[in-house]
Amino acid sequence: MQPRTPIARLVIYSLLVALSAVFLFPLLWLLATSLKPIEQTMALPPTWVPRACYATINGQRMEVTLDHEVSESPETWHVTERSPTKMRTKELATAVVPRSEIEMELKPRWENYRIALATMGGRSIEEAEGTVAKRETGIGQDTAVNFVVFLRNTLLVCGLGVIGAVFSNAIIAYGFAKIRWKGRDALFAVTLATMMIPFPVLMVPLYGVFKSLGWIGTLQPLWVPAFFGAAFNIFLMRQFFRTIPEELSEAARIDGCSEWQIFWRIILPLSKPVLACVALFHFLSAWNDFLGPLLFLTRKHTFTLALALQNYQSQAGGVQWHHLMAASAVVIAPIIVLFFCTQKTFIQGITTTGVKG
Amino acid sequence: MTPGEKRNLRNGLLFCAPWFVGLGVFTAYPVLASLFYSFCDYSILQSPVWSGIENYQRMASDVVFWKSLRNTLIFTVMALPTGMVVALVLALLLNTGVRGMPAFRTIFYLPSIVPLVASTMLWLWVFNGKFGLLNWFLQPIFALFHASPPAWLGDPNWAKPALALMSVWGVGNTMVIYLAGLQSVPKELYEAAEIDGAGAWRRFWHVTLPMISPVIYFNLIMGIIGTLQVFTQVFVMGGPEGNPARSTLFYALYLFTTAFYDLRMGYASAMAWVLFVIIVVLTLVATKLTEKRIHYAA
Repeated sequence: MQPRTPIARLVIYSLLVALSAVFLFPLLWLLATSLKPIEQTMALPPTWVPRACYATINGQRMEVTLDHEVSESPETWHVTERSPTKMRTKELATAVVPRSEIEMELKPRWENYRIALATMGGRSIEEAEGTVAKRETGIGQDTAVNFVVFLRNTLLVCGLGVIGAVFSNAIIAYGFAKIRWKGRDALFAVTLATMMIPFPVLMVPLYGVFKSLGWIGTLQPLWVPAFFGAAFNIFLMRQFFRTIPEELSEAARIDGCSEWQIFWRIILPLSKPVLACVALFHFLSAWNDFLGPLLFLTRKHTFTLALALQNYQSQAGGVQWHHLMAASAVVIAPIIVLFFCTQKTFIQGITTTGVKG
Repeated sequence: MTPGEKRNLRNGLLFCAPWFVGLGVFTAYPVLASLFYSFCDYSILQSPVWSGIENYQRMASDVVFWKSLRNTLIFTVMALPTGMVVALVLALLLNTGVRGMPAFRTIFYLPSIVPLVASTMLWLWVFNGKFGLLNWFLQPIFALFHASPPAWLGDPNWAKPALALMSVWGVGNTMVIYLAGLQSVPKELYEAAEIDGAGAWRRFWHVTLPMISPVIYFNLIMGIIGTLQVFTQVFVMGGPEGNPARSTLFYALYLFTTAFYDLRMGYASAMAWVLFVIIVVLTLVATKLTEKRIHYAA
């Protein structure tokens, strides 16, 4: 459906631009908030650009927060020194300064990221900012966890899961696609049917299974099942394998190859697109998975990023939006990078599922 | 069986062996077990105790159960059609062959792969009644009518629309599927229609829609199955109680808290099976209703 007239093209283009802005705004807002100091996040009207105000107090130029306008003389502000190191309010210098003497500078607060990552694991903000010595852990207390641990847990689950998903489903799909055996098609129909089963139906007994295996509280329930196949991936791979000409396998059989050799040496190398697709989508779903970690993980040092992020929100007394947004940005960023590196595979994968599925 | 057939059977079973474990341990057993639990009193700390249809009877009179079902269905009605229409409109716009289509497609698609927990946090902030991005836009519009924009997640009446809005933001996945479907419509059909004098709207209604009807059907079924099980967004936004005032207490959330907070796993299993039945019924209804209108290309 090509737009014929320049007018039509213009209308469509403007619509696309407008809609893109609407879709992008939230992500930009995420970024903007993550770089603001706390008082700017609550500013009305909201600002996009993180600013720092500087004024000269007692001959010293320092960063200040604007408290309020002096009521008798507008354009004159009461300001207070902004210092992360001074603890007591009494120590902070104050002054009344005309607006013209306050300098505004663009200053993204990258330290929000550092603090967010530090406090995500349980450290208090004061500890993260260095104004208070690191808390000594009491006996039996849940010690503060380093952010790197969350990242490591997530990468573990994702990485092992991808290996399991790619290989187990390829092997299983080969059995469905390339070998004729009695009962195969019936079993495949059953496989497809299982895709309709909602997860809540499986949830409680699965918990029981893992409990009796002693895996509750570990990362195992999150990646071990990937090694035993998943209906959707089996379906995807089977469809792909079926497009590989049977002649290739037959020729190999005549040459005396075993079934496994045919699989490993011929079919698998030809299947890179679908393998990449399964790997990518499994990684994505494992990275984003929330219910799984919520169900099976109990101790903070086993948390994945998704669970740690949610826990972070309920952790602080009042929500520190700029820290929360910074932490969210850190969880989102790798996925965006991954997407830009693998765009083609992504789009290919979805279209295959939707159109031919 | 011939030796060849025997060998094939053995190989077939060997290759599919991992799936037997997956199917047996992680699918078939849980399905049967949860069916059994649904007729029991079961807290994971003790063995299940048979109680017949007591769980199901209790469900019928459980006010919270009906509320959670109502919440979920209301949300589905709000989010699913809206999402499908928006996705289709976006796909149609992208399919017009304008320059820079991949860039636009990326922008629309990206929100759907963002980790749900993170994007929920973001939208919690965007929906903030006082400082959020949305109300900053709406404030001047509402001021014209001497009103103020809703408190979104602070208002039981607006929490579900807020969630629906957030789900429309994530419609990129559906859009890409529509786009693929649109791109597979043979150009000759459009040309023929034009020769016959069909205008843009008639071309859409009589060529495009029928040709992508399988894709619409697929998205509809996937949408029904997915929307009825919404959990993460609701948990993060409204907490386990479905704040405010249980307006975000969706079915899957209530099921989860019943099982793992109240430790009433028999009851939760019964709920899970009711959900299963609802999904199957809705899928069958949707299939029956659209059967005649789905046109599969020869």
